[in-house]
Order: sequence, then structure tokens, then C-alpha cells
Amino acid sequence: MNKNLNQKLALIFAVLVVFILGIIGVSWVPWPGHTPTSLAKAFTDRIHLGLDLQGGVHLILKVKVGEAVATETDNTVGRIQQDLKTANLGFTQVYKPDPTKPELVKVEGVTPANASAVRSALDNKYSNEYDIAGSGTDGIFTLTMKPSIESALEEKTVQQAIETIRDRVDSLGVSEPVIDEYGLGKYEILVELPGVDDTDRVKGLLNNTARLEIHAVVGGPYKDEQEAAASTGGSIPPDEEMVHGSGNMATGSDADAVYVLRRVAVVSGTNFRSADPGTDSNTNQRTVHFTLTNEAGDKFYDYTSKNINTSMAIVMGGHVKEVANIEGPIRDSGEIRGSFSEDEVATLSKLLRTGALPASLEYLEDRSVGASLGADSIRQGVTAAVVGVLVVMGFMLVYYKGSGINADLALFLNLVILLGFMGFSGATLTLPGIAGVILTIGMGVDSNVLIFERIREEIRAGKAAAAAVDQGFGHAWVTIIDTHVTTIVSAAILFVVGSGPVKGFAITLTFGLLANLFTAVYVSRLIFDWHLGSLKSGEPISI
Amino acid sequence: MELFRGVNIDWLRLKWAFLGFSLLFSVAGIVKMAILWSATGNPVPLGVDFRGGTEVQVQFQNAPDITAIRQAMDAAGIRDAKIQPYNTTAGPNQVLISLPEELNEGALDAGRQQVVSALHAHYANQFNDSGVKVDVVGPTVGKQLETQAWRAVLVSLLGMLVYLWFRFQLIYGVAAVVAVFHDTLITVGFFALTGQEISLTVIAAILTLVGYSMNDTIVVFDRIRENLRMSRRESLPDVVNRSINQTLSRTVLTSGLTFLTVLSLYIFGGQVLRGFSFALVVGILIGTYSSIAVAAPMLVAWQQWRATQGKVAVLPAAKRPRA
Repeated sequence: MNKNLNQKLALIFAVLVVFILGIIGVSWVPWPGHTPTSLAKAFTDRIHLGLDLQGGVHLILKVKVGEAVATETDNTVGRIQQDLKTANLGFTQVYKPDPTKPELVKVEGVTPANASAVRSALDNKYSNEYDIAGSGTDGIFTLTMKPSIESALEEKTVQQAIETIRDRVDSLGVSEPVIDEYGLGKYEILVELPGVDDTDRVKGLLNNTARLEIHAVVGGPYKDEQEAAASTGGSIPPDEEMVHGSGNMATGSDADAVYVLRRVAVVSGTNFRSADPGTDSNTNQRTVHFTLTNEAGDKFYDYTSKNINTSMAIVMGGHVKEVANIEGPIRDSGEIRGSFSEDEVATLSKLLRTGALPASLEYLEDRSVGASLGADSIRQGVTAAVVGVLVVMGFMLVYYKGSGINADLALFLNLVILLGFMGFSGATLTLPGIAGVILTIGMGVDSNVLIFERIREEIRAGKAAAAAVDQGFGHAWVTIIDTHVTTIVSAAILFVVGSGPVKGFAITLTFGLLANLFTAVYVSRLIFDWHLGSLKSGEPISI
Repeated sequence: MELFRGVNIDWLRLKWAFLGFSLLFSVAGIVKMAILWSATGNPVPLGVDFRGGTEVQVQFQNAPDITAIRQAMDAAGIRDAKIQPYNTTAGPNQVLISLPEELNEGALDAGRQQVVSALHAHYANQFNDSGVKVDVVGPTVGKQLETQAWRAVLVSLLGMLVYLWFRFQLIYGVAAVVAVFHDTLITVGFFALTGQEISLTVIAAILTLVGYSMNDTIVVFDRIRENLRMSRRESLPDVVNRSINQTLSRTVLTSGLTFLTVLSLYIFGGQVLRGFSFALVVGILIGTYSSIAVAAPMLVAWQQWRATQGKVAVLPAAKRPRA
């Protein structure tokens, strides 16, 4: 029996060491060729602190996938116009009749004679992605993007947005950023950046992900929207749009003006292959030197050759940034000249390089915690925990005397195992997580109380010490399992359904209760057995 | 040292007192919730997680003058700002500035930016970015979190019921769930009565006390079941009384210890966890009370009701055969 006992003691000691290593790792060990880190740093390296404790920014963004769909159908409009022109099939217009339904394209004004030719042309090229309707007797055909294609496009847009955001966030140098799809809503992205204090800087980086496009200028600059509308006879035709901005290269001023641009972009964000800041050797102005993809390059060459001496506008984030005169055909590399600041040029290049966002982002939730407030929270949480532990330990000693030491040792081991679990699993400790630790202390000691009360009952009923201990553990076991399972189930529901801080609470509670199952039963029992072994015959246990 | 030696209280006789006590607090809570509902559209004060809006918590170096801050906000054109001191043991000189919900999600961040820049303009060297905590919740997310919270609560209660049905008989499960529902109602009622806000962490606390109250009830039920198994001739009320008396020591001790730990959290844990620890402080007390005062009498009442129906209801120990 003694040998068995020693083996078990050794096992518990081993568990203790393993979990302590889980908490602080081995980086503090000064072995040859390795500079040891301080214990404090080793601790914080292993145990990840949540945003509410270390400070940081938490954002929930919604990707406006409708814009990506709109861009795609805009392209389709352009292609249909091209196809019909090449095939010499007349039509009055191809356009999107409803801005709230970007998936709908309409072809109007087809002569009855051409109706079937147009229909087969459309079927040929677009029936994979669009549902085509219309017989042509009224000269109207409608194309609606297929729902499956639309949702695939929307999904892809979200994934692309995540990639792009990840790239941009990299430049902030954040360790362990979280950028993921957010489960609670469609097309929502969660961004968590620990250690970042400046929300505005983050947003500037993310917000500037507005799309970059080059549009043909139809008219402008006008003083305001009324003047712009008047120029086209009262209202803007559907294939054109009004955009604010300032092309100060052309006008020489920074004043806000309104331009009328052709709606379909000649070149848009995804067509850019690379972009770098540069300087114009002649004027010493800052420029952005860009190259396009091959396919876009061909299209651009086509466009610029046909439109020499007209203007094109560079639109960023729905704002005209610059207006340029087309002086000659441009294939796939060119320069954007303008009165940019150094920052603007660098940002613009980076944005073009990492690819523009396929659609713009909207903020749904924005939380941030400053580092010193986070440190406050740590201090408060730890104080509460220490006070709680001391009170409980003290009470157990007073009430159960010798067995109280047993319970206190088990409690201590419990905490070590709990923190060790956190270290091994890489789980995040949040402020509610610290509350979970405190709760575990209270609930953990419950198991000990259950057992000890039962032992007292058995002793009162006249059983000998060893038998009383046996009965105590035996009877209490079922109830301990029951109570732990119900609380763990609660915690599991919280984990699945909760967000960051609440998840942290569920994790520490669960780990704590699991650790407690081990310590309250196995370890406590062992200590009792060891104590019983050292009692003289007939001597009562201290409980 | 032993506190509960030889206790022999007839708990079931006190059931009317218990009922009165429970009714008093339940009704007070319900009445206050009704008043709040008609006044604000919500039965309980909601934290920013659920009602949406902007909350900016700022730590100043010296005690801030609330009137001066309000003037600064007005000067910046910020209307509807609610400003209150937010003192904690670790950080005095804190202020909480709340703005109502911004329905236009495009402008969600505008409130925060205005508040922070107004503060920078007037109090530039009194605070810095690392002493600022911001929560901006838009209507979409507010709705999502609310739905989530509801779902969590319902799933929890259902899960408990199923588990208890599996381990005990159905009536035990129902009695336990009724006790838990009673606990939740009174705890939430306390929030309404004291005007404290319900946030996500408070919901977490409530779910925890659902588990805790269930625990407590299970301990008593386990003992009832064991005693029923051992003495078939004792009447149910006697068995129930005896079981409660036998587990009283354990119940009071555990609740007492857990209560002390969450009390420590309430006192030392700071403002962020204030609602959470309040829910647990109230919940643990009520949860312990309900196992004795609600769940156990319900078992007896059910049997007596079945008896009046002419059916002899003997609460068998469990579905498992004797060992």
C-alpha cells in the first residue's frame, strides 16, 4: 500500500510540474545558447490576454457585396454593348433600370427583325450566368444574374475583402491579429487587433480601401449638381453618373466640383497589377506609376487610342481624385500625376498593390480599450481573485481543521492545472475569464464540502476512520459528477453562443471544473489515504 | 467546528412563508419591469450591447468637472450626451459619456470621433489614448446579440430539463426548471429594481446561475432519492424534510463560500464586472433558497395533487434498478 501511495504521489507531483510548465513555458530556463526570458514575460507569452485586458481594437465590418454585384453587371453592360455593336444589331440602350437591384440588366429598343438574332447572341454568351427573358416583340430583353452565381460572387467578395484587410493590417505590425468571417451575420467580418490604441489610424487604413477606378469624362467640371444636370438636358442618362471631386490638374483649384462621368469604368481596381510611387522628372511632381494586367492593358489601349484628347477621371472612393487628358494611347503602364502628398502617394501605391477592396465596408460595431484601462482591469481582477482564494482557504482551515489543509492543497493544485490548461491550449484570458477562475474556486470547494460533510456523517454514525472516508467519497461521487456536468453544459452553451469576453468566461469555468474533478476526488483521496496511513490505530482524523 | 449539527426543521410547514417571500420579490420585480417597459420600451435597463449606441469611458488625471465636460460637448454640437462619473477602486477620476443609438450605420463612428476630439480640444493633457475605452454598437449588431442571448437562455433551460428528465423522473426536472425560472425572474427583477444595466456579461452570469441553481437542487434531489430508496414506509413530506436537513450543512457552506468569492468580485472587481457580480451575488442567494423553498415543496405538492386525483403517486427512487 505504501508503494502504491508513493507512486500516486509521484504522479501528482509530475502533474503539478507539467502544468506549471504549461503556465510559464521553458523559455526562462537558462540553457546553453539561449538567453532566458524573465518569468513575467514567460507568463504573458503563454497566457494570451484578451482585448479587455491588454487593450486593443475590435471591429465588426459588413462588406457591401451589392457593390461587387453592381460592378460585375456594369461590366456585363459594357460587354453586351460591344457584342451587339460588333454584330451590327441595333438597340437603343443597355442599362440597369433599378439601382436597388444591381443584378438586373435591360436591353431596349431592339428591332423585331433582329430580335431572334439578339436573343441567340445573348443566350450564347451570357446564359451561363444570367437568366435571360424577353421575346423581342416589344424590343426588350432582361438579364437577371442567377442566384447561385450571385451568391458565389458575394462569397468571393467577402473572402477577397478578408485577404485585403489582412494585407493592410500587416503593415501595422500587430502580433496575432484576428481577421475572420463573423458568424452571426451574412457578409460580416471580425477584426481584432490587440495592442493597438489608435482606432482612427486603423480605420483610416481600412476605410481607404475604397475602390479605385478610371472613368471617361463626359462633361465637367461643373459648379454643382444642378449645373451638371442642366448640361445633359435636365437629368442624367442611365449610363452616366455625377461624381464630386476636384481635378485640380485640370482646373488648377482644389474646389469641389461635379463631373459627369460614364458609369462603366474603363479600368477598375482588380485590373491593376502593380503600383509604385515615383516622381515626374519634368515637373518634379509626385506620381504613382502603375501597370495593368494584360487583359486590362488591351482594353485600355483600345480605349485610349480611340479617345485621344478627351479626359478621363481617376475616381477613388466615389470621389474624383484627378482628371487627366489622354495624350496618346496607353497600353498597360502609365502614371497618375497629381498634387499628392508623400503620404497620399505611398498610400495610393499600397492600395493599388494589395488590390483594392472588391466592395466597400461598413462598420457595425467598434470597441476599443486603452492599455492603461486594460491594466486596471487586470489589477482589479487579480485582487478580487486573491481575496477570494484567501477567504475560502482560511475558512476551510478553520471549519475542517486538518482536512482543511487537504482541501486547500487541492484548491491550489486546481488553480495551477486551470492556468496550465490555458497555457497549453492557447486560450485567451479575458476579464470575465478571471471571474470564471474566481467562480471555479467557490464551486470547486463545493466538492470538498460534499465529501467532508459525508465523512463527518459517517463518523457520527459510528464508522471507523478509513471506512468513513471510503463511504464519503463513494456517496459523494455521483452528486459531484451531476453538479459538474450541469455547469459544464451551461458553460458549453455560453462558449458556442457568446462573443470574445464571454467565451473567455466559459473556457476558464470549464477548465476549472474539469481540473476540480481530478483534484477534489483523486488528489484529496490520496491525501486522505496518506494521512490515514500515518494515523495510529483508533486515532480520529482531523475533520 | 460544526454549524449544523442535529438540525431538524420542518421545512414544508414553512411553505406558505416561502411562497409569500417569493411572490413579494417576483411581483415587485414584475411591476418594476412593467413600469420600465411602458416608459422606455424595454422591461429592464439594457446595456450598450443590446440597445446600441456609443459609450466612451475616459480616465482623467485629475477629478473631472462634469459640468465643464457637458459644456465642452455642447460646444462641439454633440446633443443627447449623457455624462456620468464612473469611479472605481482602481481608477477614480473616470467619466462615462454615452450617446444614443446611431441608426445610420454609415455614420456609426461619428459620435465617438466627435466626443474624443471635443475632449482633446478641452482637456488635451488630462488624458491620453491609453486611458480610453470605447464601445460603439450599431443596430444590426445590437439585434444579433439580443437574439443570441435569447437563444442561449432558452437552449440552456431546455438542456437542463432534458438532462434532469434523463437522470431523474420528469417531475423532478419540472420542479428544478420551475425553481430556476423563479431564480432568473427574481434576479432580473432586481436589475429592474436597482436600475442596473443588462449586458452580455450579465447574461453570462445569469446562465451560470442557472447551472448553479440546478446544482443545488440536484444535491437535494439526490438525497431525497437515496432516502426514498432506503425507507419505503416513510411519508414523502418526512423524507423531503429529512433530506433537506441532511444536506443543509453542505448547501449553506457551499453557497456561503461561493457567495464570499463573488462578493469579493463585486467589491474589488471593478466597474466592468459590476453587473456580472451583482447578478451572481443575488443569484447565488436566491438559487440556494429556491432548492429548499420552491423545488422540494413542488415535489410534495405534485404528489398530493395526484393523490386528490385518485391516483396513488409514489415517487420511485429512479429508473435505475437497485444496485
